[in-house]
Amino acid sequence: MTQHKSIDRGAVATMVLTGLRDVLASNDMELPPDLGEETSLVGRQAVLDSIGLVTLVVDLEQRVESEHGVVIALANDRAMSMRNSPFRTVATLTDYVCTLLAEEHGA
Amino acid sequence: MTDPEVVLITGARKGIGRDLAERYAARGALVEGCSREAPDWQIEGYQHHLTDVTDESQVRAMISAIKKRHGRLDIVINNAGIASMNHILLTPLATINRIIATNFVGTTLVSREGAKLMQRSRYGRIVNFSTVAVPLRLQGEAIYAASKAAVESITRIMARELGDLGITVNAVGPTPVETDLIKAVPPDKIKNIIDGMAIKRLGTFEDVANVVEFFTRRESSYVTGQVVYLGGAS
Repeated sequence: MTQHKSIDRGAVATMVLTGLRDVLASNDMELPPDLGEETSLVGRQAVLDSIGLVTLVVDLEQRVESEHGVVIALANDRAMSMRNSPFRTVATLTDYVCTLLAEEHGA
Repeated sequence: MTDPEVVLITGARKGIGRDLAERYAARGALVEGCSREAPDWQIEGYQHHLTDVTDESQVRAMISAIKKRHGRLDIVINNAGIASMNHILLTPLATINRIIATNFVGTTLVSREGAKLMQRSRYGRIVNFSTVAVPLRLQGEAIYAASKAAVESITRIMARELGDLGITVNAVGPTPVETDLIKAVPPDKIKNIIDGMAIKRLGTFEDVANVVEFFTRRESSYVTGQVVYLGGAS
């Protein structure tokens, strides 16, 4: 995935991790000590269950809207049909949010 | 709950939607309503959106405006609906698409976007609108009834998907009520429908509001995925 220069990837990664921590906390789920970009969001190693992932995706859409003033749909047809899901890890999700933000900003 | 309820009612410009807007506003709720055209009335505590419920971006913008104004959404009442009586052999594709879009797609979009806001506070009440035309299999209303059968299905499945988020989803199935929706229906057709009911009279706004208010009560947290038909239709 390519990223646009005007998008601060570090800030987006922080936003994803903050959202993840909030979802884990609000669902009384265990907060892994090594939460980071390699943290799995889907599959056997995932820190979230399926409803937790849904909640995280919705939460991120709302954070993007309030922090960047743009409406993006993370769960769009493209994401659902990608061979490599953008929801695999914190890193892939961060990249995906950056890509959508870059597109919104006219990259 | 000490804070006033934040309520969204679609199709609020007239008929049952307007009646519900007045009722919820009268009990102190913060009522947001929408329709494609502006209403010719105003009530205190009511905010109107010019929104086509079949347009995803317009629905998103409306929910976003509600979030900015109130920070939450407690109740969604998907009242917006259209009908058209046609024999299936004489039903144009445009009519089919229009009915499915407003009744099913509109309900789905508003529920989806509304639930995204509701899940933040782990609380929500969604009420959808079906019709007695579904169980009574009314001739001449094949597409209308089919669109509402789809609403019933999504009501039951959303109830399961949103249960863990504290959101209930139910539907009310009104009989014919004196509104614009049935003004083009011949009187003998209405009489036939009423004759097939357990209670043989037209429905009233109060009958509809009674069920909607039951579903939207905070105490109704253990009632979800249900469709209640008025008048004893089954």
